[in-house]
Amino acid sequence: MKKIKVAVIGPGNIGSDLMYKILNSDRLEMALLTGIVESEGIKRARDMGINTSIEGVDAVLKDPDIKIVFDATGAKPHSTHAPLLKQAGKVAIDLTPAAIGPYVVPCVNLDQLKDEPNLNMVTCAGQATVPIVSAIHQGAGVKYAEIVASISSKSAGPGTRQNIDEFTETTSRAIVEVGGAKTGKAIIILNPAEPPVLMCNTVYVEVENPDETAIKDAVHGIVKEIQKYVPGYRLRVPPILEGHKVTTIIEVEGAGDFLPKYSGNLDIITSAAVRVAGKIAEKLLAKGVQA
Amino acid sequence: MNKEKMIHLVDTTLRDGSHAVSHEYTVEQISAIAGGLDAAGVEYIEVSHGDGLAGSSFNYGWSLTREEDMLIAAAKAIKKGKLTVLLLPGIGTVENLEHAARCGAKAVRVATHVTEADIAEQHIGIAKKLGLKTFGFLMMSHMAPPEKVLEQAKLFESYGADIIYVADSAGAMLPEDVKVRVGAVVDAVKVPVGFHAHNNLSLATANSLAALEAGASFLDGTCRGLGAGAGNTQIEVLTGVLDKAGYQTGVDFYKIMDVAEEVVEPIMHRPQVVRNAPLMLGYAGVYSSFLLHTYRAAEKFRLDPRDILVELGRRRMVGGQEDMIVDVAYQLAQKKGGSHEGR
Repeated sequence: MKKIKVAVIGPGNIGSDLMYKILNSDRLEMALLTGIVESEGIKRARDMGINTSIEGVDAVLKDPDIKIVFDATGAKPHSTHAPLLKQAGKVAIDLTPAAIGPYVVPCVNLDQLKDEPNLNMVTCAGQATVPIVSAIHQGAGVKYAEIVASISSKSAGPGTRQNIDEFTETTSRAIVEVGGAKTGKAIIILNPAEPPVLMCNTVYVEVENPDETAIKDAVHGIVKEIQKYVPGYRLRVPPILEGHKVTTIIEVEGAGDFLPKYSGNLDIITSAAVRVAGKIAEKLLAKGVQA
Repeated sequence: MNKEKMIHLVDTTLRDGSHAVSHEYTVEQISAIAGGLDAAGVEYIEVSHGDGLAGSSFNYGWSLTREEDMLIAAAKAIKKGKLTVLLLPGIGTVENLEHAARCGAKAVRVATHVTEADIAEQHIGIAKKLGLKTFGFLMMSHMAPPEKVLEQAKLFESYGADIIYVADSAGAMLPEDVKVRVGAVVDAVKVPVGFHAHNNLSLATANSLAALEAGASFLDGTCRGLGAGAGNTQIEVLTGVLDKAGYQTGVDFYKIMDVAEEVVEPIMHRPQVVRNAPLMLGYAGVYSSFLLHTYRAAEKFRLDPRDILVELGRRRMVGGQEDMIVDVAYQLAQKKGGSHEGR
């Protein structure tokens, strides 16, 4: 099968998990994993026979065949990488909080986005909850949406911890901009329990039209859509209606590709990113580009 | 014991007490209570939604009064004391804190779960820049051993916190538990240490004294003990007890009793006593704010609130996970329903 060459910048947990998912893709070829220092992630990839570099973004720019680039570094480095990648004609999939390009949640707005040079993956909570908000919005009109994401302490990395406001602010913006709610609020809770808890998300919405059947059908439908790329995405509590308030609880178990299964929060964002890249690759292949 | 020791009191009737009135304080009530506490000589007067700045939500309950109106009313009423706010990173943000400072807040308590102090570094840093007296507040301290509590306290101190609190948010500690944790923190940090109690096991005042014996110099209380779960340490009682024990608080005993009886008692929704469910909170080590949400879920799903609380404790849920009450109630009801179908 024809494939498109891709690179991953940032050989940490997210970058390594991306690599494993790319290796399983029938549209993407794992052409390069790049970092800025020798690291465990680089060594692991090299031992697996994958092309690696410690020249950061420069290594990506040197290879004109690489068409799609996942950036799993941080907001600051991505701000530097983004214009360079754009200039080189490569599509950037941004897993950092930089948010230079539009937010993308695959089952909600991927098809509406035209040929954007840069796409931002929101946050893990955004990937998990925006589809629910959007589905209920289609069926019942959402005035206000509030989400509570609880994740295990072990799967919250230093980036999230040092700037937890960025996480809640970005998620609440995506609830509005992508989910369609008029206003939104996001809350994040870290739970240190052992064994680690699965990522759990509660979505509360205030609807205009509390049509129970329409809401339940919409939620069950979107859960099936998400399960196509995140098999461990499950409804814990199906929509409960109390007047105009609807409560839905979902959990996310990771695929366990590289990260442990309790890191469903990381799995959902890497899965969504690979899903986005797969769609872009299909378009490129249709245009005759290939590796 | 140093018999002349000065103890700093923080009254949280208008924050922790907010849980017990389902966040329905009016501007008039806030003015009257804050003004009364200030006139009685209380040094720190905490005013916020029970879950802190921006806590008003589906998950934690909607405030009747807007945050801005609450803070401005309290700021106007407070002449000598410091208007204090609560901030839980993950719920409230730096933006909310800056807004509170503009409304007149002079102190902030930045609260995290006892093992997650590092999510507060940014907020503590900004609070200091805003010139606020900054407390680091370790919630659910009963869930971690003393070594962990002191490690996290040191993190708060390294971020610049002026005071470190050990909070028994579940009212689950016995006096000895308090002594070892507070004592460990007192030995580990240079800044003053405080203790926040809940009365779920009827130990709030005793535990507060235990904290002082271990070296704490800040204590929390509320009028009539109004607060989440079975409430907090009753501040007018604490004032009398501390006086008898030879500590100074700067609080006028008669005046604080009058605020409790004349201003706070008439607006209470129910007497603040240790009913069975709050007793289970303390026994099972569950976050006190879960109480009223649990009563509602128990009614909706026809369950015994104690069963919900025990399951929440077994799952080791932490502060802020009010959404998991519905999850637990739903799962318990499904199990019950399932067994009926099986017959």
